[in-house]
Amino acid sequence: MTKQPERPNRPVLSLHVPEPSARPGDEVDFSHVAIPPAGSVPRPDPHAPAAETHPLATTLVRVLDDAGRAVGPWDPKLDADTLRRMLRDMMLVRVYDDRMYRAQRQGKTSFYMKSTGEEAVAVAAAHALDRDDMCFPTYRQQGLLVARDYPLVEMMCQIYSNRRDKLKGRQLPVMYSDRAHGFFSISGNLATQVPQAVGWAMASAIKGDSRIAAAWIGDGSTAEGDFHAACTFAGVYRAPAVINVVNNQWAISSFSGIAGGELTTFAARAVGYGIAGLRVDGNDALAVYAATRWAADRARANHGPTLIEMFTYRVEGHSTSDDPSVYRPKEAGAKWPLGDPVERLRLHLVALGEWDEARHEQLAAEIADEVRTAQREAEKHGTLVSSTIDFPQDVRTMFDDVYAELPWHLREQQAQMVAELEAKRK
Amino acid sequence: MSVMNMIQALNSAHDVMMARDDNVVVLGEDVGYFGGVFRVTEGLQKKYGRARTFDAPISEGGIVAAAIGMAAYGLRPVAEIQFADYIYPGFDQIVSEAGRMRYRTAGEWYLPMVIRTPYGGGIFGGQTHSQSPEALFAHVAGLKTVIPSNPYDAKGLLIAAIEDDDPVLFFEPKRIYNGPFDGFFDRPVTPWAKHPKAEVPDDYYTVPLGKAAVVREGADLTVLAYGTMVHVALATAEANGIDAEVIDLRTIVPVDIETIEQSVRKTGRCVVVHEATRTGGFGAELAALVQERCFYHLEAPVQRATGFDTPYPHSLEWAYFPGPIRLGTAMQKALED
Ligand SMILES: Cc1ncc(C[n+]2csc(CCOP(=O)(O)OP(=O)(O)O)c2C)c(N)n1
Ligand SMILES: [Mg+2]
Repeated sequence: MTKQPERPNRPVLSLHVPEPSARPGDEVDFSHVAIPPAGSVPRPDPHAPAAETHPLATTLVRVLDDAGRAVGPWDPKLDADTLRRMLRDMMLVRVYDDRMYRAQRQGKTSFYMKSTGEEAVAVAAAHALDRDDMCFPTYRQQGLLVARDYPLVEMMCQIYSNRRDKLKGRQLPVMYSDRAHGFFSISGNLATQVPQAVGWAMASAIKGDSRIAAAWIGDGSTAEGDFHAACTFAGVYRAPAVINVVNNQWAISSFSGIAGGELTTFAARAVGYGIAGLRVDGNDALAVYAATRWAADRARANHGPTLIEMFTYRVEGHSTSDDPSVYRPKEAGAKWPLGDPVERLRLHLVALGEWDEARHEQLAAEIADEVRTAQREAEKHGTLVSSTIDFPQDVRTMFDDVYAELPWHLREQQAQMVAELEAKRK
Repeated sequence: MSVMNMIQALNSAHDVMMARDDNVVVLGEDVGYFGGVFRVTEGLQKKYGRARTFDAPISEGGIVAAAIGMAAYGLRPVAEIQFADYIYPGFDQIVSEAGRMRYRTAGEWYLPMVIRTPYGGGIFGGQTHSQSPEALFAHVAGLKTVIPSNPYDAKGLLIAAIEDDDPVLFFEPKRIYNGPFDGFFDRPVTPWAKHPKAEVPDDYYTVPLGKAAVVREGADLTVLAYGTMVHVALATAEANGIDAEVIDLRTIVPVDIETIEQSVRKTGRCVVVHEATRTGGFGAELAALVQERCFYHLEAPVQRATGFDTPYPHSLEWAYFPGPIRLGTAMQKALED
């Protein structure tokens, strides 16, 4: 390297590398998190110019207060049945996550990812969207499927890559897909689904349809170019799309500062693209519902996309392959100041006089039973088999769906594989 | 000397080079405090500071581009792409920029940078944690592509790659990070500790780029392999009692043509093996080279044993993987005629 001329009068540059507020061994510190009181943020008209939302991109839309009351202009005023249904869905997601996590630990599958603490982000959004709106999720929105009554057994069969897995064991566990439930195929490649959602929304507009698209992306993944392509296309074509940034503040071991979260909010990205932006307490099911409904109404009225930052916390590890105690304090999840979405909605129902301990316990027992029964049923169709001879699927299906039709070279390879397996069995 | 697995050897290569040359910096997703999801960069941030080992935003295009900028400045960046399956957002920067910078500026700018990335299957990673995209990069002018198969080579090759003045793609076979893998999935895994190539010098040394290693001498047939498949090839030769000469290419571009020619001229038969999909794979290039240069020494057509031309399937992984049966069949075929 050539030596630079010395310039003694200039300050020496240094590289800034963001660091989270606490590492293992440190006291958990959430003092940097500004939390405005519930109900304090105004609600613009869904038909208002995007710029009117921009002050909302740096605050936090909250509905539920500490006493469990719904307050302020964003209160979606849901009936008790809907609230109970959302509570049930979130509780079910949590139990389902626990069972599948344990199944992985028992060697019944290769991998699992929980959404603990983030259940409201998917469940409440699913209830706020229309049933035929199209969802482009990440691997942490299993709540969409639960809220849309996708059968648990089907979900589990995907986790087990077993005989009944409709994806034929091809995808990593949690990478569901179900067209009939408006749930687009999950990709392992981060951020890819967001511009695709925008394209789907553009198609809906091209065809004069009334359906909209909703996408989810993690805080970390907003660094990908695809996210920026999505915002650009969505803005330019005023695509009827809701783009949710699920800011759970971690991307594996990297805190949100590595994605630019130290500089501004993720919702504030909307300002630069000139699209509507909201920042929402993602652990408040009512706020998630209200913001999603606001954005959906806006999109349906041809006013274009909304970027919503769902501010939440990844309470557990990234996946079964991760041990978060290596890079953040163990108690971080439990100390998240915006609490637990399930507990907060439960408290709200109790405060309304629509819920009590006995009913809660009964519901918990019903859910445990439902999940257990589904698991028993799913396991009848097998679990991931780690064998070189016995496979859950008919091995010949490996070559299906690469193309609509099987070309000669795949046909040959298929025959080769069948011969190999016969040789192995000998 | 220490006994190291591949992860430790790669970590040691970083350590040695960061100590020797303060232009060496490390960036990538989760490589900083955490030390990478496979822990290859563990301890480097603590030892060399945050300005020399740091987490990158999840933007492979950004990571590669930033590395290009750093290399243009005069640093020697080592960028980690968390899985080879996630390298594609950086593809334009690698192909159109890194690969051509020296050429398009007639040498005015050059890019001493390394892009490391774990590749390959065998860990039930499904289609986005299992790919072997080396041929995509081998196809691009201006890039070197290196693939080690054991701890000793991994360290020596990585040091050589960091010292190289051209961009190097460094593919790490993740299936053998912790121990060599013979392709017999049902057998217990042996750790590297039992393997002679796990004896790794603690200090600086290099294994030159562009030089293959004959890892098993034999008279009947030549097997050209790299990465995980080197071990599968050795085990397959053993299991079938075939007197195969197994060549670990180590660098696929520029490939060590002399070693290949010498061996094929001797054996007259050749099998090429890789885990990547077959069509347009690097095996096709190797087969073409062998027939162009050794045609009159060949006793039989060059055979390929490869992954199938499908995405890597999760549950059918062990039907997909080009294991001892597929390779054994290819070897038998090459021995016929
Ligand atoms: C293109 C790409 N790069 C890297 C990865 C590896 N990876 C998987 S998940 C993840 C972290 C994602 O964090 P975030 O977007 O915040 O989502 P979260 O996991 O927190 O829900 C990374 C780096 C990937 N899957 N795809
Ligand atoms: Mg995240």
